[in-house]
This record gives sequence, C-alpha cells and structure tokens, in this order.
Amino acid sequence: MAPLSGAGSVFEVSEAETQTVPEFSTGTIRRKRRVRWWRFVVLLLAGAFFLIPLYAGIKFSLQNNLHHFSFQAYEKLPSAPGFTAALSLSGKIALVTMVVSTLLMVPTAIYVHVRLPKLRRLLEVVTVLPIVIPPIVLIIGVLGVFPTWAKASPYLLSFMYVILSMPFVYRSLDAGIGAIDIKTLTEASRSLGGNWLNTMWRVILPNIRPALLSATVLTLALVFGEYTMAQLDLWQTIPVWIAQFGVSTDGNIQVAASMAGLVGTWILLLFVVSIDRSQSRRTRRKIGA
Amino acid sequence: MSNSVVPSSDPGASVSGSEEVTYKQSSPWRTFFRRAEPVFAMAPFVVYSFLGLGIPALAVIYYAFQGEHGGWTTSNVDQVMHGVFLVGFENSIKLGLLSAVIPGILGVFLAYAIQTSNSNVLRRLTSTAAGVLANFGGINLTFMFIATLGSTGILTYWLADIGVKLSNIGFNLYTFSGVLVVYMYFQLPLMVLVVTPALGGLRASWREAAENMGASSWSYWRHVGIPVLLPSILGGMLLLFGSAFAAYATAETLTLGLIALAPIQIGNFLNGNVIAGQTHVGYAIAFGMLIILTITMILYSLVRKRASKWLR
Repeated sequence: MAPLSGAGSVFEVSEAETQTVPEFSTGTIRRKRRVRWWRFVVLLLAGAFFLIPLYAGIKFSLQNNLHHFSFQAYEKLPSAPGFTAALSLSGKIALVTMVVSTLLMVPTAIYVHVRLPKLRRLLEVVTVLPIVIPPIVLIIGVLGVFPTWAKASPYLLSFMYVILSMPFVYRSLDAGIGAIDIKTLTEASRSLGGNWLNTMWRVILPNIRPALLSATVLTLALVFGEYTMAQLDLWQTIPVWIAQFGVSTDGNIQVAASMAGLVGTWILLLFVVSIDRSQSRRTRRKIGA
Repeated sequence: MSNSVVPSSDPGASVSGSEEVTYKQSSPWRTFFRRAEPVFAMAPFVVYSFLGLGIPALAVIYYAFQGEHGGWTTSNVDQVMHGVFLVGFENSIKLGLLSAVIPGILGVFLAYAIQTSNSNVLRRLTSTAAGVLANFGGINLTFMFIATLGSTGILTYWLADIGVKLSNIGFNLYTFSGVLVVYMYFQLPLMVLVVTPALGGLRASWREAAENMGASSWSYWRHVGIPVLLPSILGGMLLLFGSAFAAYATAETLTLGLIALAPIQIGNFLNGNVIAGQTHVGYAIAFGMLIILTITMILYSLVRKRASKWLR
C-alpha cells in the first residue's frame, strides 16, 4: 500500500475538496450507465425499506375501528386516560434535564477551552462513556445503590438524562466554542473591565447560541424518546405510557400518539441539522475571509 | 467563580498571562484560591460524572461478585455462564454480529450509491435523513413495523397477494428474525453516516490512475478501493455491533420482553421477575455486557488508529 501513503489524510477531505478533482475519464460511458442502473436499484430498495414502515404507521393511525380514514385516534388522544399526566411528567423531566445540563456543561466546556486545553481529550473520553456503558447497565447500577429518597423522585431520571445527553451536548458545545476565537474574545472582554460572569453572559453565550440551541433540542428529543430508564425506574413518561396504554384498549390511539411523537421528534432533529449547517457555513465564511 | 481574583480595574490582567505581576501583593487566601481555581471549576463536572457514571458502573461490578447475604462469591458470574443466561448472551452476540455485518455491507453500497449520485439535493436529503434515523428506536419504531410486518401489516398483505407467506419463510416479527429486521432501520443509516466520509476520501484520480494502467473495475476495488476502506468499514461494524448488542427499548417493546437477550434479561430482573437465590445475577449479566462492550470499544479505537495511520 506504499503508493497510497502520500495521499493525505483521506478522512478529513471535505465534500467540496473531492468535487474539485476533475473527472478526466473518457470512453467509460458503458461503465457509467451500468453504475447508474445499480445505483437506481439500491436507492429504490433503501427508499422502500425506510418509507413503507413510515407510511404503514401513519396510515394505521389515521384509521377508525372499521379501517376507514378518520382523525378519530388523534382526536381521542388528549382525553385518553393518563396521557396528560405522562405529557406533563415528561415535560417537567425535560425542563430540569435541559437546565441542569446547560448549567453543568456550558461552564465546564468554556473553562476547559480557555484555561485547561490539555483536559479536552480527557473530557472527550469521559463524555463518550455513556455510549460505551449502555442505559440498561447504568440504570441497574443506579437502582442498586442510590438512596430511596432519590429513587422515589422522577428527577432521578433528569439526573441520568444529563449523563445520557453528555456525548452530543459536549460535542456540540465543543464544536461551537472551537468555531469562535474564545481566547481573544475573553481577553478583550476582561481588558475592557468585564468580570467572568459578564464575559460569559454577554460575550461568550451569544456567540455559541446555535451550538447551545442544538444541544438543548437534542436533549429534549432524548427525554421524550427515552424508554429504557423510565420504564425500569417505573415512571410513566410519554414513551412508557404509549407502550403500556394500548395493550388493554385502543391500538389506534397508541399508534397515533407514537406517530405524533415521531413526527415531532423528526421536526426537532431536522431543525438541529439545519442549525448545524448554518453554523458550519458561518465558520467556513469566517475562514475564507 | 473567580471574578474576585483578578481585579477588574487592572487593564493588564489578561486571562492567561502575567500571574506573578498581578498577584505579588495578594493575600495568601487569594493565592490559594488562584491555585485551586481549576479544581473548583472542574469539580461540578467531575463529581457529577462520578455519581452518574462511576458509581453505577462500580456498583454493577461490586454486586456481580456479592453473594445473596453478603460476602464475595463467583456464583453469580458462574450462573451467567450457564443455562438460560448463557443463551441470552449467545443470542445478543449473534444479533449484534448479524446486525453489524448485514447493514454494514449494505450500508457501504447505499453510501456509495448516494455519494456517486450527481444530485446534490439527494445527497443533502439523505445525509439529513441518516442523521435523524440513526438516532431512532424504541416504541415508535416498534409500532411502525407492527403496522408493516405484523399479522395485519401492510407489507404482510402485499406479500400475501403475490403469494408469499411470511410465516412460511420462517419470519416472525416478534422473534429474533423480526428484531433483526427492525434493527436495520437504525443500523443502516448509522453505517451510512460512519462510512460516507471514508468514501469521500476515495480520490477520483486513484481510479483514473488504475484505469490508465489497464485495471478493470473489479481489480480497482480489489487492490485500491476495498483495502483503503476496510478499516473504516470494520470500525463502522464494531459501532453497529455495540449499538445492537446494548439496545433494550426496541427489543423489549417488540417482543414484550419475551426474547432471550442479555439486556432484556437484566430488565426482567429489575421488573421483579427474580427466582430466589438469583437476586444478584442481573448485576452479573450487566458486568458481562460491560466487558464485551469494553472489548468492542478497544477494538474500535485500534481500527480507527489503523485507518488514520494507513491513509496519512
């Protein structure tokens, strides 16, 4: 593989860079046609695999008991027993999770960037651990040793969701802080007489707002979708309610709740992706200027 | 936190510089706080992650070796290595391997098809969709597939119309084969996400060079494309293995906890379905999962290192 060794770091090559390499091929029209043909088949099959279940789920939720088209399930949803309680429980847990996660991770990420850059690698490793140690293992440990008063509170879930959200919250903040010249900004603010709190609130936070926003939205999506810990900690959050409700009663309502949650989550996540994209465009412009 | 340490009226006080000059006259207390500042600043994060990650992990390891009435024992771990719990591990590893290799290979083709298409819209759309789908699982996914491949599902009807009965080809949504198909729904996008940057690194000029020297499409892939991509593909597959091996929510909601997988068995312990004399076996299963996942992640980091070393 020696001839390849001079090719540069292939993993870091951006999309734009690969596109600038011109295509010199001539006389390969036949090959190209074949490539296009199998590409079409692959994309068609993948599209079917991803879209048919989505279609089936939505169709099922838009049926009444006689299999006719109807919004019945969605209309019944708000008055379904336990739904509002589950929604407000999920809402409260989400709110506490987002607040604690922000208060914990933002100062830590900023401090490490400004003062202790050597610790960045360590922080990366620690914040990736919640992926290595799965929720099911964490929750059995938590329920084994945490005191009873903690286990009696739904906010134990908030406590753990902050941990579960660390991988993407830290990554998002790290990218956001890395994209601005935080050292210069901090020094400028300090030399103009701003104290730490002022610097944080009025200089750094406005600059990392997109990163903070995407971290928060991802946390929200996590809380409203997390099933493992909530179910085993015996709290009826939205996903647990959905799973337990329809078994005894109306399956269509259950699927309707699930599809509503799904579409809501996807809209949130698409929102995050678009934030990320506008942020990276901003960074690129900065580098280009 | 430390706003009292640096006199804000001092114009020369920068964040990182001139410590001795600024603090020569400070009191011993101030010097102490100054020195201890990193400790105070990092303390919340360190304490929080120790409570939320360290304590639970240590508890799992500790209880895995604790007997029913205290005292150290290996009987929990022993039980996990036999009988129904061993079956759980075997099934989980089998599920992890199958849902790493199948979506792993298909994901490369899919990513390549997306990457080489000339449509920018398609590329952007699929990369967004992959990011969303890879984070997707649990109850919503379960319902979508019940509506698709369950006994009254859409696809089940369509297939019955053309004369294919799913039960005749050994497929049942609520068993192992069903879980495997459902996991593909988030595994395939995950693989596309992981392998797309590596595919982007395959230079068009390499292919031109190979063709100019008379290489066929097959020998280009055999000698250039696949060797370059292999570490990334293996890395992706290891990630997929970890993700499928540890998943609980989707399998639990789909099979109502009836499938013998290691995470489901832990859940059964927590739900109180415990036989006398086995109260700590759940911890031993969790301990076993920790070991397998740690090995997976060590292999992953080795493969990653290999991938970057090779290509530099």
